[in-house]
Amino acid sequence: MDETTPPANSATDRQSIDVDIACVGFGPAMGGFLTTLARELIRDDGTPAGESSVMPGLPPQIVCYERAADVSFGVSGVATRSRALRASLTEADLAQIPMATPIKSEKVLYLLDPHGASRRSWLLRAADVFIRAFRRVLPFAHDALNLPYIPPFLRKDPGWILSMGQFNQWVGSRVMSSGLVQIWPGTPVAEPLFEDNRVAGVRLVDQGTDKQGRADAGFMPGMDIRAALTVVGDGPFGPIGRQLDQRFGMPEGHRQHDWAVGMKFVVDLREDSGLEPGAVIHTFGYPEPEIFGFLYVHPKRIASLGVFVPSWFDSPVRTAYRYLQHWMLHPYLFRHLEGATLRSWGAKTLGESGRRGEPRLVGHGYARVGEGSGSTNVLTGSGVDEAWETGVLLAHGVLDLLRAGRPFTKENLEEVYIRRRRRSWIEREGRIAEKSRDGFQRGFVSGVIGMALAGFTKGRVVIPGEPAPSHERLPAIEEYFKGRVSSEEIRSIREDCAARGVSLHDALMDRVGWPAIPFDGKLLVTHQDALLLGGKVQAPAGYADHVVFLYPHLCESCGTRICIEMCSGQAITPGPRGVPYFDREKCVHCGACVWNCAQAHPDDPARANIEFRAGTGGLHSSEN
Amino acid sequence: MSVQYQIFVCGGIVPDPLQTLDPVTAPAGPALKNEMMLPAVLDPFAWHALFEAARLARSSPGSKIYLVSLAPKAKLQQVMMSVAQKAVFDLVVIDGPASGFTDSNAVAAALSEAIQSVPGLDMNRLLVFGGWESASRGSGTTLQAVGEILGITDQFQGVDDLRIESDGSFRILERIDGGKHQVSTCAGAPAVLGWATGNLPEPPNNPQIGMTNMRGIMPALQKARPAKLNAQDLSYTSVTLPKQQRETRVVDKLSAEEIAREIAEWIKKS
Repeated sequence: MDETTPPANSATDRQSIDVDIACVGFGPAMGGFLTTLARELIRDDGTPAGESSVMPGLPPQIVCYERAADVSFGVSGVATRSRALRASLTEADLAQIPMATPIKSEKVLYLLDPHGASRRSWLLRAADVFIRAFRRVLPFAHDALNLPYIPPFLRKDPGWILSMGQFNQWVGSRVMSSGLVQIWPGTPVAEPLFEDNRVAGVRLVDQGTDKQGRADAGFMPGMDIRAALTVVGDGPFGPIGRQLDQRFGMPEGHRQHDWAVGMKFVVDLREDSGLEPGAVIHTFGYPEPEIFGFLYVHPKRIASLGVFVPSWFDSPVRTAYRYLQHWMLHPYLFRHLEGATLRSWGAKTLGESGRRGEPRLVGHGYARVGEGSGSTNVLTGSGVDEAWETGVLLAHGVLDLLRAGRPFTKENLEEVYIRRRRRSWIEREGRIAEKSRDGFQRGFVSGVIGMALAGFTKGRVVIPGEPAPSHERLPAIEEYFKGRVSSEEIRSIREDCAARGVSLHDALMDRVGWPAIPFDGKLLVTHQDALLLGGKVQAPAGYADHVVFLYPHLCESCGTRICIEMCSGQAITPGPRGVPYFDREKCVHCGACVWNCAQAHPDDPARANIEFRAGTGGLHSSEN
Repeated sequence: MSVQYQIFVCGGIVPDPLQTLDPVTAPAGPALKNEMMLPAVLDPFAWHALFEAARLARSSPGSKIYLVSLAPKAKLQQVMMSVAQKAVFDLVVIDGPASGFTDSNAVAAALSEAIQSVPGLDMNRLLVFGGWESASRGSGTTLQAVGEILGITDQFQGVDDLRIESDGSFRILERIDGGKHQVSTCAGAPAVLGWATGNLPEPPNNPQIGMTNMRGIMPALQKARPAKLNAQDLSYTSVTLPKQQRETRVVDKLSAEEIAREIAEWIKKS
């Protein structure tokens, strides 16, 4: 299917309802927005702070639509300073949330490579030799250097470890209990409703269609939800946010080229794991230098752990799952993790452009909050607290307008929201962080030095670099493995993998010296078993495929097909004539395919040849 | 003129079927590990009953659906986010455990009391719908006991189809052994129908229905009465899950026959 395929629905039987505020996506940002709004919408005397324009006499009608089948199916590894959260919620509130615990200890580890399989620069290899040579005088054990000093800008203490799923579930319940807000999971939003230069609401996805979006049994055109204000918090690759970007363009100099794919396990630790609740461990250096890891310990011997595979790790066969397994098997970590059991698994992509990726935050009839609004701090690696705060700031602005009976125009929203945001700590710290990771464009070591410089100089000194999209930076597989695997052998491996319908990364990683994973059926399981045991992925019938390869001829000629390699759910597999096959029932909606795609859209180089549309389904785990 | 039925759908909540369930012994008796953390769904058998109730209500104008649920109200509120866009209903809430480790007679008493407390209850128009069994830990006896307490003698279990004849009588298909149906007729309401899977697909989400329902759901949750289940009268000697064996392999080149043969061999050696 390409972009010329006609839409399935007809306007003739499309229904429409009117609300006051339509919200898209339920995550921390929308949690902050709705919590603040619901709390302050009713005055002390019991009267509403504003009146509904669609149901006169009643409080404003506020509805939030979430794609996932439950509000608790979010994914994130959360160790947060929780400044904004604690300003909105009490410590006692946070303590009520299952799996939440205060941070008690923090470590940052540089992991050395015990196998010699990772790609390390000569500088890093020299550093490794130095560390091993002075191991007796350095805080070195189990192939890991425990950094004796954690810069203040990286510290999370005092703060909280949370489960994103449990947090969202708890916040969602409280918001719903107010009776002022309705949250509807399992209801993806297809597109904004544009009227000239104004957003007039949203259109929900069609139901009762085939994979191509054509009307099928039980067809029901997506309903139009008309609203005076549309609040968009659909994450870093949400279809509404991206369509707004396409329609209105990004601000001058802003772009969203940096991202990471995060993948996590939630595990039951063995009784004598040696890890205490509240422990936070961050790692770098292994399994590849560019890959960061985290391990957070919840109460009751539960731990969240995982890795981030960033966009500047230029492997055309990068994979999060296999690297996550090698990371768990690192000697420093595995002495804690051996004997653990997988409870839950999840993956998501993170927008890592930070403030530089900030889109147009408001327009006539709409405002944007959360990760997709460029709030993530890429220096401190913090996003949840910032996202929550954007929602709080917008809520205060909306309340101002409701109380004054003023419309949600671009100018009014700029006055009440953007002005607040520019004065906030999000803006102040976001500016410090803005270019802190640019050094990674030149290599891992310069990236780490650049972060340190930016952190210690409050952003005044950085190592420059120009982030580029995947299609401009990814080398060919033959080039990446030059000197290690011959082109002939790569061709043979490629043919064999295509015949078996599997991705290339396992075969190539085996070939360059990565050891086999000793599957134990509990913690170390196949990718497929992780999906079944930990992800519990499901997609209801009657919806169109949401991952679409726009121009198949570009896929046919693509040399890397990294969408297959990087797919977190193994939902994208080799297909006929080189065009990948997409299985909606295995997709976890992480968005890795759209960020990784190595082919540019012919008409818009800022876009890829993959389109990630609104769709249902995904993970069924509330612990991630 | 068609009868305006009062259709009471009895439906509890169960953990989302995709969750990993571990039985544990809690101070109050058997329970599931981290049960309150797990996402929940309306019991799938009750889902089908609700869809069938919605179809009947559409074909019998003036009919009204009540969803009667005994569950922890905080979890039930979450479940309503998914249920309330499917069909128009009034919610009747009894706040209590949904673990399934409760005495089905006590649950039935609470459900029937809730039904009887609805103003304007008319036995001549009353239909009690529900699942003929439960997706988690149910004994399949609750609905029958509800009918007995309400004095309804026309009871049907394993129902796959209900047709209203021109004279107002019911023609009902019940599942029996051998993949066959038993055809029954009865004069009409009152009746108890324990649904198997019915014939209906899941209705699409309808935001308009959802908004209408939610105006009644939140007040219903707020005035939920606590259930009196006398949990201390029960004791369990042991609780186990059915044994699972899992082996996964991705194949795309094998024929259906080859896959079937492999699966059969795997079952034989298990």
